Amino acid sequence: MTETLQCWQALNRALDIEMSSDESVFTLGEDVGLYGGTYRVTEGLNAKYGEWRVRDTPISEGGFTGLGVGAALTGMRPVVEIMTINFALLALDAIINMAAKIPFMSGGQFPMPLVIRMPGGVARQLAAQHSQRLEHTLMNVPGLRIAVPATPQDAYWQLRQAIASDEPVILLEHELLYFEPGEVDLAAEPPPMHQAAIRRTGTDLTLVSYSRMANLAAQAADLLAKDNIRAEVIDLRSLSPIDWDTCAASLHKTHRLLVAEEDCRFAGAGAEIIATLNERCFYDLDAAPARVAGLDMPTPFNAELEAASIPGVSDIVKAARRLVGREKPL
Amino acid sequence: MDRETLHRFLHDMLLARAFEERAAQEYSEGNIAGFLHLYPGEEAVAVGVIHATEPGDYIATTYREHVHALVRGIPPRQVMAELFGRRDGVCKGMGGSMHLFDRERRFMGGYAIVGETFPVATGIAYSIALRQLPEAVICFFGDGAVNQGTFHEALNMASLWKLPVLFVCENNHYQIGTEIHRHSAVVNVYKRACAYNIPAEKVNGMDVINVYEATRHALTQIRAGNGPQLLEFETYRFRGHSMADAGSYRPRVEVNSQTGRDPVETVIHEAKLGYPTQAEIAAAGPDLVEQLVGHSAAVGHFDDRHIEAVRDEVKRIVDDAAQFALSSPPPTMDDAWSSLYCNRQHETLTGAA
Repeated sequence: MTETLQCWQALNRALDIEMSSDESVFTLGEDVGLYGGTYRVTEGLNAKYGEWRVRDTPISEGGFTGLGVGAALTGMRPVVEIMTINFALLALDAIINMAAKIPFMSGGQFPMPLVIRMPGGVARQLAAQHSQRLEHTLMNVPGLRIAVPATPQDAYWQLRQAIASDEPVILLEHELLYFEPGEVDLAAEPPPMHQAAIRRTGTDLTLVSYSRMANLAAQAADLLAKDNIRAEVIDLRSLSPIDWDTCAASLHKTHRLLVAEEDCRFAGAGAEIIATLNERCFYDLDAAPARVAGLDMPTPFNAELEAASIPGVSDIVKAARRLVGREKPL
Repeated sequence: MDRETLHRFLHDMLLARAFEERAAQEYSEGNIAGFLHLYPGEEAVAVGVIHATEPGDYIATTYREHVHALVRGIPPRQVMAELFGRRDGVCKGMGGSMHLFDRERRFMGGYAIVGETFPVATGIAYSIALRQLPEAVICFFGDGAVNQGTFHEALNMASLWKLPVLFVCENNHYQIGTEIHRHSAVVNVYKRACAYNIPAEKVNGMDVINVYEATRHALTQIRAGNGPQLLEFETYRFRGHSMADAGSYRPRVEVNSQTGRDPVETVIHEAKLGYPTQAEIAAAGPDLVEQLVGHSAAVGHFDDRHIEAVRDEVKRIVDDAAQFALSSPPPTMDDAWSSLYCNRQHETLTGAA
């Protein structure tokens, strides 16, 4: 049985269920307690579980993310909320030098059941310091897992799976998706946390994307279908690891690859996706893979320029048409 | 100070010194590579502090932590094998000298980025407080670490939530080559704690009994639920920062004045304090000798022979550890993959191997 939930509600339910069933789960971050979270994700939990399990922290990202690492070492399952991914830059030592490396450096003695949730992406005129995508930075760190839910259902499933995981999981949540509604089946058996989802099947090209851009890719595929171009849309759902098998199987069928990402093009997630799929599927490809990506500039404040700095549906459609030879190459 | 406790101090101080000097030798012979930070001169701090803890307490330390690991009870063989990067090391050769971890003994790691022990210890303490357990955390750090943001962030949170953590400053007066008056606006580290409403004091870190008593006192307060405490132990490292550092930035006169306060010699002196010389014993007659030995034992005093026996014992332990490390096999790449919880190589989704 499904119900319609917005993304923040799905995350809230996931957290509530995990906290009620496991006393080692607790959450902390700036304004997650009395305020209920800047995107309402922890709403009501402070009243239900008390201040020790829903902890308002000082503005000390490095300190409280490291606190999460220390708590995880004792077997707790902390869910750290970093108010926005931009502030995670202050916590990179805890994430990269500690969470990702302690299990390994200890010879596997210590699991790291730590979840770090970070809203991010380009929202609405938040300017350059509050409009970043940092997946490329985190993807290059062995020892971390990165989930990138695009739907309320995936947000619900992946947060629950992340909490249950003995490995550090970064949940990259897109700020424009929190209030997007979607059908959520709370009881359904989830797919593995890192398995990609085929949002739409097709035979003419494979459109690989993730997070909010996966939703745009699906919209682009609808438009392309009107033009009789059948795009297969893959929502990666995870950026570390990446479900290469699903991508490769699709390319074996479509022979064309287009990656849509909001991150800056240079050394972004798309670069890794295309490099690996080139290595793996070169002889399946009928055309050079292509990327639609954010411009290599800090996000402008001005609304029109902001919109123009990241891909929109029409950019994806145009690139897809070029890839299948319906439009002149650039 | 009872005899048994004093014996343990003596044993661990001598073991610490012998172990580190052996590590230096093995480094020179090429059996240990990478960064190697040695502890001679500072032994009284680790020995005194860790002996004051309970088995249920947690220890978070820096990259100069071999001695802390030994005092906590990690077998010297496993510590030395880790320094050698061998498979039988306490972390299977994945961590090395700067990253000793032992889950069973609640030895929560050596951290090689200055200032990392603060948030880790605070997190451990948070989970203790959340579960209302009687345990405590020892957070070691050097004087150089107090200028990192994590020091201030962690002290604030620990005090705000009254977390059971004892912040232990091993103040050897140098962050590598920069002396404290050139790196810190406040040279008395303990004074910084008052900004976070944390009780703190400065203690002579060259005297193990002082260190032990101060730590016991602080831990009693912490276990009573009074929140964190900070102890600043003034100490001195006799060697350079690491084996790559000759320590030439320190005036010879300063080094000489400090080595005169050798904490190992101090504990030996304390152990022998009040013990009569052989001549005095001989002059007192046989019955009195028995009496004196009994009395000395009761107050914890030892004679030279006993101390020599301890020296021999720790030498045997260190020889054995080095032999063990040398004969331990290197770890395999499979050992490395199995140490990684996030195991890409065996990730079923990737299909790549």
